[in-house]
Amino acid sequence: MHEAGLAQAALDAAAARARERGAARVYRMTLRVGDLSGVVPEALRFALEALSPGTKADGAAFDIRVVPVECHCPACDRPFRPADIVYACPDCGRLSADVRQGHELELVEVEVS
Amino acid sequence: MPASPTAVLVGENLKARNDRQAVVNREYFRAAGVVALNLLSSPGSGKTALLERTLSEFGQRRRVGVVVGDLQTDNDARRLAGRGGPVVPITTGTVCHLEADMVARACAGIDLAGLDLLVIENVGNLVCPASFDLGEGARVVVLSTTEGEDKPLKYPRAFKTAQAVVVSKTDLAAAAGFDRDAALANIHAVAPQATVFALSARTGDGLGRWYDYLDGLVEGRRRSADAG
Repeated sequence: MHEAGLAQAALDAAAARARERGAARVYRMTLRVGDLSGVVPEALRFALEALSPGTKADGAAFDIRVVPVECHCPACDRPFRPADIVYACPDCGRLSADVRQGHELELVEVEVS
Repeated sequence: MPASPTAVLVGENLKARNDRQAVVNREYFRAAGVVALNLLSSPGSGKTALLERTLSEFGQRRRVGVVVGDLQTDNDARRLAGRGGPVVPITTGTVCHLEADMVARACAGIDLAGLDLLVIENVGNLVCPASFDLGEGARVVVLSTTEGEDKPLKYPRAFKTAQAVVVSKTDLAAAAGFDRDAALANIHAVAPQATVFALSARTGDGLGRWYDYLDGLVEGRRRSADAG
């Protein structure tokens, strides 16, 4: 999708946190990317590496965690992880549109000093 | 030597800017008593043809306005103009989807309180528009019979976020060798939540149900406004 704009938003947020703490550098950024977010983790990493030189996050480690899709089966009343793009409960086969996890797209944590 | 790094929790959504504006738009639409509908599809699926006819016919029943996004030209806006409702083009330049702030700027020139339904015709693209909340009350994806039955499987995210799916150009189904049952099965598999319509903006086939659906959205908004 638009990984460059999102990477810039993450770098801006990380720099803002560093400033709040009076920190000169960002050493690590931890991000969560849902499988349904539309973001390709490799493209996000590429954009972070391309945009970070010259910022507080120059040389930082980018820890990108992929969050798998999790749905809720209305019949079994329990969560399941779909095997593919058809979200069918592995136990009863019922289709679910109730997505509880997988849309994530966030900067979770930064390490600064 | 600098102090050892400190971990700081952030928890910031990387699409926060768009999502905050979408919340503002949603409240703006609610306060104006208008239903906003985000219309998504590939290029050439017949969104504009469907809207031309919807404005001319459903526009007799309810007051309908349109915001129409395209990379270049206001051709679609000109096609839709003169049918009784306001039509505002958004030319995105190179941006392949609409964002909430573009919609807010376009709506600044529309008397929303004078409308029942505002259709936001997104840029023709089934990928990126699916990721951007515009503050709409309903999202509708259009799939034409000439595009192939497996489009829902190829672009699942757009379909998974839709309240309704319109299968357009039913008049061309036979010529295109369109397998209607396979298409409906694919839509249902990927988007079990979606209400499905099959119609032709050219012949008028199936438009009655589509207009009833739009009417239901408007009535639903009216009832929730009365309740609130």
